[in-house]
Amino acid sequence: MIALFNRTPRAPLEYTRTLWMRLWVGSVLVFLYAPLLVLMIFSFNDSKRNVVWRGFTTKYYEKALNNDTLVEALVNSLTIAGLATVFSLVLGAMTAVMLWRFKFRLKGIVDGTISLPIIVPEICLGVAMLIFFAWVDWPTDLIWPLNLSAITIAHITFCFPFVTMVVRARLASFNKEEEEAAKDLGASEWQAFRDVLLPHMRPALVAGSLLAFTLSLDDFVITFFTAGPDTITFPVKVYSMVRFSVTPEVNAASTLLIVLTVVLTAIALKIQGTRNLTVSHA
Amino acid sequence: MAEQHWKENPKGFWAVSATPLLWTLLFFLVPMSFVWLYSFGSNVGLTEIEISGTLDNYKRATEWLYVSIFLKSLAVAALVTVICLVVGFPVAMALTFASEKWRPWLLLGIMLPFWTNLLIRTYALMMLLGTQGYANKTLGWLWDGASWLKVFFGMQPLPTWEPVQLLYNNFAVVLGLVYVHLPFMVLPLYSALDRLDKSLIEASLDLGAGHLRTLMKVVMPLAMPGVIAGVMITLIPALGAYLTPDLMGGTDSQMIANVIERQFKRANDWPFGAALSFVLIYAMFILIALQSLRKPRRGEAK
Repeated sequence: MIALFNRTPRAPLEYTRTLWMRLWVGSVLVFLYAPLLVLMIFSFNDSKRNVVWRGFTTKYYEKALNNDTLVEALVNSLTIAGLATVFSLVLGAMTAVMLWRFKFRLKGIVDGTISLPIIVPEICLGVAMLIFFAWVDWPTDLIWPLNLSAITIAHITFCFPFVTMVVRARLASFNKEEEEAAKDLGASEWQAFRDVLLPHMRPALVAGSLLAFTLSLDDFVITFFTAGPDTITFPVKVYSMVRFSVTPEVNAASTLLIVLTVVLTAIALKIQGTRNLTVSHA
Repeated sequence: MAEQHWKENPKGFWAVSATPLLWTLLFFLVPMSFVWLYSFGSNVGLTEIEISGTLDNYKRATEWLYVSIFLKSLAVAALVTVICLVVGFPVAMALTFASEKWRPWLLLGIMLPFWTNLLIRTYALMMLLGTQGYANKTLGWLWDGASWLKVFFGMQPLPTWEPVQLLYNNFAVVLGLVYVHLPFMVLPLYSALDRLDKSLIEASLDLGAGHLRTLMKVVMPLAMPGVIAGVMITLIPALGAYLTPDLMGGTDSQMIANVIERQFKRANDWPFGAALSFVLIYAMFILIALQSLRKPRRGEAK
């Protein structure tokens, strides 16, 4: 509030301090956050019909946590996201190093092909995965966590190009003389990679893994097409709940996931500092 | 040190490239080529599909029913992109010119919804837009207020407020897509504006141009690469959107992705679905080609 009424005259370029700009940004933030806040508040509402406030309760959290399929779906989603993140990180970093470091024939085509999963619409990739796994007759009745393998593979395929993108942007600022110096001083190829290049890539690796984790956890369409009849993930479960029966349980489960997202973001910020994180994302 | 030719260091090259290349081949190119092959196939029997090289699926895709759905998807995606640009540009400006202290928090404020689950965000918006939801209640209050004002000035009151249908129609689809894609637009705009040399704006203002003229003649042209990046990053996913039209749309707001999904799940006509998928992919390629055709002008930030 103090900032709103301070008296220092506004410099010509301080657009953010004009009133209409503040109102605009304020309304956009309300637009972005109001639905989420309402959703979270109504997860504590003591009413089945979700719309009128009838008093505070946490019973829907209890119900959500006792809903075995919901918990199973959440565990599945987190497992898939974790696995997809690890694999995407390795594949993405390798690809970034390959494209940054080496010259080879057909490089333009390889570069374009690897970033294609970013451009191809989700629905088409989902369809492709459906046809592919049906054709190879991928077993769907394996024990946990092997029954998640098809979904995980599909997720890695669309997540790792994003990691490549982030890591590549970071590699562009690497001073190759540092690596040469390390080698001149007797470091092997592997040692130079591990002790010089890898530390330089670290912020991008953190940002990339966060991105991969979020993308995987977020995905509905591709999972919808790849999931066997017995495997269920959190977005697929929420989808069927929203479709058929809107209950405050969905609000409770969603609130838990939002809180998880905020916590993950806070951890990432703690590791990296706000500026680094936001820059490598944009 | 320039890029190294791979033959100078074949071991290092294969160490980093073998796995990603194999992965892309096996789990991306092979599945995509299956879709491509299926699009030239036909159904024989209930589960059997024969790749006969027929063009019937593509011919069927040019029927008016499907062309109109496709055009409608394009129109919706374009409208969503324009709204995101108009709404997002001032936000990106505000981010660029915010004080050092506030900028990271403002950025975080824009990005946090982008990290939140898409389905949860869609559901949250649906809750708000329902006939009993808060959007309708707010409109109702405004309506009653207007009615009261009219009475106050001695006029006839307005008829009683009837909740309007905000959900399950085209309006809801556009609003939902804007809600989901706004952060996608703001981020590239911001990164382009952030790189812009602020002294150019100062020079323009010093030389007598107003703020609006400076914005149109100086800031906009220089931020063009960011605008284009933002448009592409919004338009492409919006064109292929499945979830928002499925959950928030009515019977007449089906988009192309919903039609594709139906071919694979309910209609069980995989070859036709594959053909439609490839029509969508070709449309993406055309959009991207159009964008790269545009020659970068001198002085544009890369």
